This record gives sequence, structure tokens and C-alpha cells, in this order.
Amino acid sequence: MSLTLSDIGRIANLARLELSGTQSERMLGQLNGFFDIVEQMKAVDTTGVEPLAHPTAVIDHVSLRLRPDVASEPNNREANQQSAPAVERGLFLVPKVIE
Amino acid sequence: MSVQDLHQMGVAELAAAIADKKTSAVEAAQALLARAKQHENLGAYLAFNQDLTLSQAKAADARIAAGERGPLLGVPLAHKDIFVTQGFPSTAGSKMLEGYQSPFDATVVANLAKAGAVTLGKLNCDEFAMGGSNENSAYGVARNPWDADRVPGGSSGGSAVAVAARLAPAVTGTDTGGSIRQPASFCNVTGIKPTYGRCSRYGMIAFASSLDQAGPMARSAADCATLLSAMAGPDIDRDSTSLDHPAEDYTRLLGAPREGASAAQPLKGLRIGLPKEFFGEGCAPDVVAAVRAALAEYEKLGATLVDISLPLTQLSIPVYYIIAPAEASSNLSRFDGVKFGHRAAQYDDLIDMYKKSRSEGFGPEVQRRIMIGTYVLSHGYYDAYYLKAQQIRRLIAQDFQNAFTQCDVIAGPAAPTTAWKIGEMSDDPVANYLADIFTLPASLAGLPGMSVPAGFGAGGLPVGLQLIGNYFKEAELLQAADAFQRATDWHTKTPEGF
Repeated sequence: MSLTLSDIGRIANLARLELSGTQSERMLGQLNGFFDIVEQMKAVDTTGVEPLAHPTAVIDHVSLRLRPDVASEPNNREANQQSAPAVERGLFLVPKVIE
Repeated sequence: MSVQDLHQMGVAELAAAIADKKTSAVEAAQALLARAKQHENLGAYLAFNQDLTLSQAKAADARIAAGERGPLLGVPLAHKDIFVTQGFPSTAGSKMLEGYQSPFDATVVANLAKAGAVTLGKLNCDEFAMGGSNENSAYGVARNPWDADRVPGGSSGGSAVAVAARLAPAVTGTDTGGSIRQPASFCNVTGIKPTYGRCSRYGMIAFASSLDQAGPMARSAADCATLLSAMAGPDIDRDSTSLDHPAEDYTRLLGAPREGASAAQPLKGLRIGLPKEFFGEGCAPDVVAAVRAALAEYEKLGATLVDISLPLTQLSIPVYYIIAPAEASSNLSRFDGVKFGHRAAQYDDLIDMYKKSRSEGFGPEVQRRIMIGTYVLSHGYYDAYYLKAQQIRRLIAQDFQNAFTQCDVIAGPAAPTTAWKIGEMSDDPVANYLADIFTLPASLAGLPGMSVPAGFGAGGLPVGLQLIGNYFKEAELLQAADAFQRATDWHTKTPEGF
């Protein structure tokens, strides 16, 4: 299996990246080079093997904790927005999305 | 005591000198800051905040004056720029986060501050910790003090340089697929990645959440143990994957012989497993020679060597490079030019703003991994790639459990070669991925792993011995590394001119 330039365009759109023509060509070559080494995964028999997400789950049951649904952090809006590209009256500004 | 000598001290020595009033935390911080700035050409540090550093040092001196004692009280350290730190920019080595000021401290940073450590500055790294050479930093390369034309390894490259060039007695690093162990190996530094979940990931700018783990890098296993004891511990409310295990004193076994062993042979009874896959043709002869010599030293200390096999070692490369980019593509979706981070100056609409901001803010390696991750998680490909990789990940972890029935510790090289030349591999991403082969298996299994200076290869370049322990066996690993360092002096070697 090999990716094509149109696959690169589709994936870049999903990833919200903008690639120039030259960048897309380069990306195509590099990704296909990478997926060549991925092919060897096919040879491994994984029938009935449960996927491992949390590594220590291999020796012990791991359950992700939930905390009570209560506000635990103080209001820190000013500090949280100090690195925002555009804010006004405590709100994040984005380009108009509804005409 | 001369201020000129302060940079030559490790953590324990410096903490003792400060506690005994032979020097002060302020004097130590000033000396290290001056030295770090004198060696800015190495590219180790990305940011300083002298006023903040000195005010932290003054506070530590006040605690000492009030009678408090502690193994890190007043000791100056530096943090990999993956940890968010108040008062310093936190950039993850990315243009995306240029100048970013965090409103809070990472738990690891806060834990070390609580222990009285003083922050010297932020350390260079590969962008979002993606890379093994520090060449992917948006803020320039870091240089290996053993040969300034060579890479220091990565992604914790600046961290390794700071310790090796004596610009900090110890530092923090992070390890997702080898990012502590490989640069430690390239720079003759000792580093440990603990069991996944030991250190909180809160405030560690996320790369691959099921793999990311913080750890210390220092001049000795003993200093690493001191730092890890302060860094690690449960962070129940802030990191859902933080292990609910009580904090430990990782120095507790240092200097003591193993149970039933003697001082002459302190490691008697320790079975060291040597995976045959780590010593094959993929490993450079000079690296194998240094590692074999270190293992012979271990035999003198009483350990026995056992041949083992980790049959899926080769598969760890595709498995890791599916899982890590998949998680990265999700984690990095937060960088949209809205709440923080770079926003493009020109755009047409919201989607265009996202695309332009991300394409301008992320470097080429990060974009490659986002592309791989997006693809393997996309409709129709998830089962064949991501799910399959997670299944093989379980088999890899089980292989380790089988191996640990035959041995207590696994040993081999931390990397297949010594440090390469800057620029030598930068155009070949797949070659970079293949170079991670010996560190990826323990990362995928979430096991603790170390790199310990083991000697030198061709051209006088450092070689690291990797030690891998079973889950939660950090204290035993550090004991084994410490016993080696009491019998050898590789870890004390300093590059010429430093």
C-alpha cells in the first residue's frame, strides 16, 4: 500500500495543516518510507490479544480515576488568558463563523 | 571555598556545602548562572530569569538559617522546557509556544521547589520532545560538549548538555521513547525514566500521554535517586494516570549490599539478562565493546549474566511510531491559535486560521507526526494501525514479564551508536526512528530504565549502559547503577575544557 498526493491533501485537511506543493511531495515520500517499516506489523498474530493502553495494566488492573464533579480550581481568568492571541472583555476572539 | 569550584559539585556535595554554610544557595545560583551564560554557545539553556532564581535562592537560604535541612535545599537545578514553570517562558522547543507564560507550575516543578531546589532556567529540547538529536528545536541546536560538532541526543538534549558541561548539577528530563536515556548515553550522564505513572504528567506539555514520563538526569545514580524521591509520587486529582502508590525514598538501597551479599560482592545474586536482540549486527562494535566491559565489571561485583530474548524488539519501532504520533495528533489539536500559542497574521476564515497558525507554528518533524497520527486514527485505518499496534504493545510488555522470570535486571546498550554529527541524519526521519530501537521496548512496556556511563567508544565519545527493571523496581535499579559507580569512575569523566 502506498499513499498518494491526494491522500496527503485529505490527511492534511483533517489535521488542519496547510502544505505547499513541494511540502506535500516531500511529506508523501517520507510517509511512504515510514509505512514501509510498518508493514512488518502484519506478520504478528494478534488474534484475541487485548489492546494495551495503560502499560502497567499488563500486570495489574488499572482503572482511570474520576474525581467528584465540583469546581476545584480558583477563577484565574486573567492569568489563563495572558498568552491568548486575542481576547476582549475576558472572551477569546475568533474570526466570524456565522454570517 | 572558591566560587570557581561550585560547578564541579554534584547534588549531594553541593547540598552539604550549602547546609554547612561553606557556601550559600545564592552564591551557588550566581556561580551556576554565570557559568551557564558563559557557555551559551552550547545551546543548553533557552531562558533565564535571574531575579526569580535569586529570590528562590534567598528563600532557600532563609529556610536553612531557620534550621531546616534537606537533600535538595538550596540546590540549583534546571528544567527541560517541556515542564511549564511560572516566571519563565514555557515553549516545548516550539515556535508555537514562543514566549508562552504558564499560569501554573508542573507538579514535578512544584515538588522540587517544595524540596527547596532553585530553578536556574529552562533547557533546550526537540520540539514537543519529538526527536533524538535536539535538532528539531525551533530555537537552535544544542551541542555535545564531548564534540561540539555532534548532537547531544534528544529529546532532552539541553538537559544532557547542562549536566555534562557542568552548567547545572542535575536537571529534569522527560522520556517518551528514550528521551532521557539516549541523550544521557551520548553525553556521559546518568538518567532514569521511572515506571510509567510514577511522576505526575500534570504540567508536562503532552506528547504521547500513554508513554510520557518525567525523570532526573545527573552526574551519578545517587543524585538521580535524590531527585526522583522529590519528583515522584501520586498526583491523584490532577493526573488520571498517576499511580496511586505512596512516594518512596529511592536512595534507600544505595551503598548497601543486596540481601545476602557482602561488601566485596555487593551485587551477588543479581541476575542480569542480556537480550540477544540488543547485541546483534544493528549495534556498533565500539558500543558493544564498552557495554561488554561494563558487564564484566558487574560480574566482578557478584552479578551473573543470563542470555535472554525479547523477540519483538524490532517491532517496537513501528508500534511506537504508530502509537506516539496517534496520541500526539490528538494532544496537539489544542494548538489552534485561539486560547494560547501562535496565531497567523493573515487568514480568510476560522478553518484557514487554524491551518495557517498550525503550519507556521509547528516544525517539520511535528507536522510529520501529526500527519501519521491523523492518518492512523482516521476512519477505516484505526484497526489496522492503532489497534494492531496496541495489541503488539501488550505482547512486547508480556515478553518483558517472561524475561523477568529469568533475571532481575535487563542490560544492553542505550543506543546502537555514539553521538552522530549535527546535520548527518536530519534529512532522513526513518533513520532517526530506527536509532531508537533499544529504548523503545521499555517505553512501550512502561518499565523503569536507566542509562549509566559505561566508558567510551571510537573518537572518545561516551557510551551508555542501559539497565531496565521490572515495574516499581527503581530503587533496585539505582542500587545496581550506584554499585557500578562506586567501583568505576566513568561517570566522573568530564569533557575537555569543562
